[in-house]
Amino acid sequence: MKRRDFIKSIPLATLPVVLSGMSIRSLASSPLLSALAASATANDHVLVIIQIVGGNDGLNTVIPLDQYSTLTAARSNILIPSSQVLPLTGVTTTGLHPAMTAMQQMYNDGYLRIVQGVGYPNPSLSHFQSTDIWITGENSGQSLSTGWMGRYLDYKYPGFPTGYPGTGMPDPLAIEIGTSLSPVFQGPATGMAMAVTDPSSIYNLANGIQSPAPATPAGTELAYIRQVSQQTNQYASVLSTAYSAGSSSTSLYPSGSKLGAALQAVARLISGGLKTKVYMVSTANDGSFDTHHAQVVNGATATGTHASLLQNLSDCIKAFHDDLRASSSADRVIGMTFSEFGRRIISNASVGTDHGAAAPLFIFGNKVLPGVLGTNPQLPASPGVDDNVPMQYDFRSVYASLLQDWFCVPKTDIDSTILLQNFQPLPLVDAEECSVGIHEIDSKAGITLISNTPNPFTTSTNITFTTAGGHTLVQVFDGAGHLLRTLVDQDMTAGDYTVSFSSENYATGAYYARFQNGVIQQVRSMVLAR
Amino acid sequence: MSNNLPLAAARVSAADQTQRAMRSVTSTLAPYAGAWTRTEAAHLLRRTMFGATKADIDHLLTLTADQAVNELLNNTAGTPLPPLNNYGTQTNPDPNVPVGTTWVNDTYPCTLNAARRKSLQAWWMSNMLAQVVSLEQKMTLFWHNHFATELNSYGDPRPGYRYLETIRTNAMGNFKTLVTAISKDPAMLLYLNGASNTKNAPDENYGRELQELFTVGKGPNSLYTQSDVEAAARVLTGYRVVNNAFTSYFDATKHDTNPKQFSAFYNNTTINNTGNGGADELDDLITMILATDECAMYLCRRLYRFFVYYDIDSTIEANIITPMAAQLRNGNYEIKPVLALLFKSEHFFDVLNQGCFIKPPIDYFAGMMRQAGVIFPDNTDLATQYYMWNYVEGYSALCAQDILNPPNVAGWPAFYQAPGYHELWINSNTLPNRTAFADQMLYTGYTRAGQKIIIDTLALTASMPTPDDPVALVDDTLALLLSLEVDQTVKDYLKSILLSGQSTNGYWTTAWSNYANSPGNTSYQNTVTSRLKPFYQYIMDLPEYQLQ
Repeated sequence: MKRRDFIKSIPLATLPVVLSGMSIRSLASSPLLSALAASATANDHVLVIIQIVGGNDGLNTVIPLDQYSTLTAARSNILIPSSQVLPLTGVTTTGLHPAMTAMQQMYNDGYLRIVQGVGYPNPSLSHFQSTDIWITGENSGQSLSTGWMGRYLDYKYPGFPTGYPGTGMPDPLAIEIGTSLSPVFQGPATGMAMAVTDPSSIYNLANGIQSPAPATPAGTELAYIRQVSQQTNQYASVLSTAYSAGSSSTSLYPSGSKLGAALQAVARLISGGLKTKVYMVSTANDGSFDTHHAQVVNGATATGTHASLLQNLSDCIKAFHDDLRASSSADRVIGMTFSEFGRRIISNASVGTDHGAAAPLFIFGNKVLPGVLGTNPQLPASPGVDDNVPMQYDFRSVYASLLQDWFCVPKTDIDSTILLQNFQPLPLVDAEECSVGIHEIDSKAGITLISNTPNPFTTSTNITFTTAGGHTLVQVFDGAGHLLRTLVDQDMTAGDYTVSFSSENYATGAYYARFQNGVIQQVRSMVLAR
Repeated sequence: MSNNLPLAAARVSAADQTQRAMRSVTSTLAPYAGAWTRTEAAHLLRRTMFGATKADIDHLLTLTADQAVNELLNNTAGTPLPPLNNYGTQTNPDPNVPVGTTWVNDTYPCTLNAARRKSLQAWWMSNMLAQVVSLEQKMTLFWHNHFATELNSYGDPRPGYRYLETIRTNAMGNFKTLVTAISKDPAMLLYLNGASNTKNAPDENYGRELQELFTVGKGPNSLYTQSDVEAAARVLTGYRVVNNAFTSYFDATKHDTNPKQFSAFYNNTTINNTGNGGADELDDLITMILATDECAMYLCRRLYRFFVYYDIDSTIEANIITPMAAQLRNGNYEIKPVLALLFKSEHFFDVLNQGCFIKPPIDYFAGMMRQAGVIFPDNTDLATQYYMWNYVEGYSALCAQDILNPPNVAGWPAFYQAPGYHELWINSNTLPNRTAFADQMLYTGYTRAGQKIIIDTLALTASMPTPDDPVALVDDTLALLLSLEVDQTVKDYLKSILLSGQSTNGYWTTAWSNYANSPGNTSYQNTVTSRLKPFYQYIMDLPEYQLQ
């Protein structure tokens, strides 16, 4: 049973006495009822989303030290010397960009989760389409008009904005620090978030006489503006109160960083007791990660534009986390980064990179399961200009994990209402936070669960995999990330299985077989030669 | 400043609770033959310029609707004087350019780019504020949003000035000419890395956006492929920018001379043209792209969302977009005829299309300054003059529209991002900033170096036909400042502000006449301004004021 159904089915007699005197009819859609529904599922967890705008070069961020021969061939002019790559405690083949000392420290202290190879099938190389895909959670080629956070907030706070602010949720549901609002917060009926630049003082808006809004497009827009006006006034005082009550330390953050200023405002609102569930900030005002050229300084590849951008990101994230720890708020907060795509394996001669596909993603906070999830990307030995980093994890599996294990949303509701498909959650957050038990964590690491023979192959190859039972998925992608075939997508009993993949008229080159069974996934490189 | 206005009757009408009404606008591009009154003239001006001033409305009413559109399309302010060194001081001298002369032709490396960028933004704002009855300024903004570049990204305002002039001079000319010029424009070559796109290092950036954003778009019928992006990038190899000369040139040695194969979307075209060392391939590429049906459709959807409304349903697509696109394509991509078709149509003047457009920030701020007749400092104090223009532009930037610095190459999301579109301009950050500016301009104005920009409520009121009649003043002011009808209770309340809650109209008539007969009498002045300021504030703080 859905949590909301449960609330709706409570006999009215058991509702608090404050309801007495109200007619039952009015309760059916009353704000109080939705507020009760909200409070029933309340925990105090907060998610902070950091959007890395422009497409971050993952291969120069989380660096696969075991792929250096390929990387040298593909991108020698931007490759970071292996001697400068920052090592991570307990990890031998993966390191961080030299500018990311702050996040290296977080990793070594157990506050950072790195998820390798996050992407989606059939990657779009358009900034705008790929950003839309990440913020809506749609499949490549589909078009959803709501954001994944908008759907979550609509699920958690049904009926918004009617009845809000209320006793169940007196504060803004979500806040974006900036002048405009991301479509990630677009709900089915309305935007679910507030855009704020200065939470300490928001100009009071007048409440003039309301002329009837005509049933025309003009009336539609008028009603929208009135709604924003009313919400702004309602939330302005709670924001300034929380901001005044909160504490944060400016000196922790890199001076002049817009991302730092935004995260500092978030830290202060959180420590001030705001119950807002989701915050979003972006790197956009500190420069673009769209590093087509001059990504690095020629001959000094650990410096330059990308290094500065990564240092800012890394320093700001650690400052934010330290700030939260100082105000004893860090147990409530998980942060997540995302970028619309990674960049191409092969670099440009102008010491930059074109748009790519899968890339690593960071989750941070006191309650993350620290470590690296997934393997270093398996790169083709001689990448072509179109070859991309293969996807290991669907980004919606990251979303599903946070929704299930941090916001405690039942998986069935995630599938049916928020992500609209079944995406396996991953071990990212200490799942005891939602009392659903500890995930199996990479217990199969090092064990080969998928292989193929012959490899290289000419006409067909047999793919053998070992499932532990339950939902099992085997997909074949080409080097650019296009999903060619889904060979298995069903519940299976535990055991070894073999399926055949035929080369048909596919071009020669690199292919990937991806296996997913519950939280376990592996990617197998295959080569088609003729 | 707080608004000590009464909440008055908290009316919640049934209409307020209507769900988002399905719009059913079935009017077509047939020539408009309806009434031509202040309402229609103001509608035309609000959509094609920045705010409708009383003088411009009066002027259009001396013409027919058809003549009015012709004037908007054909009139031009001519080439504006270029932006000047407004920033030089004894401690911050420009070594190459004296104060009061233009920096745009300075060919030396310069460390004053930040100051010059502000100068360029101020200058464009001043051109918008000083616009004549013409579409040219708004159409320039349309193309800036369409062929978006970020001044803060490419950094040097000298190519920025030329980019803006390229757009302005071609704004109502030929699209093929414009897109060709933009493809070779130094600012664009720097912004989208075209200047580093060479045969040995093909860079897909411009080749992608040329298709995705500038020509065929990403609608469901736009079926170009990743290999088309790569082929276009190869066609475009070889363009270079000369530093400090703001010119581009074609370097044949950097051009990929291999054949470029395009997909079925482009009829499997192969581009392989050695003319002018390969430079002629650009024309082949643009010609190929413009031959698609989708290119004209996409451009017309962009025009529609910029000038009419964002909602394009299947009826609008069939009745409006498709015939506009046919005009554009069959008319060899001449821009003016398709604009004439739209602005002279019954659809454009359809009452359902009036008042539904949320003012973009530039329309809101520049429009307010123009409508209220705010007087800016003259050029005897260039620093303060430019500072004031920057001040207004800065408020627009605070409200998410920083001209010359859109958020990215797609332009401002309000013009393309479903489902919110224009509603994205209004949120809990921007609405208070808009309102705060209006209140400031009405009450204190903004003072700098002894000069002040402020809404002169006395002059604005005196420009009305019968300022001493409070009923007429309410009606005339509402008609000028709002594009929606308001309830009688609003009108009554506004009159009560003028009458300080009394019911005898004569009190206001006397007060205004006293002032009008002795304009230098500060006591008489104060009597009327203390009522006019809250009167205008009430109107400009209404949500209706955000619409046009």
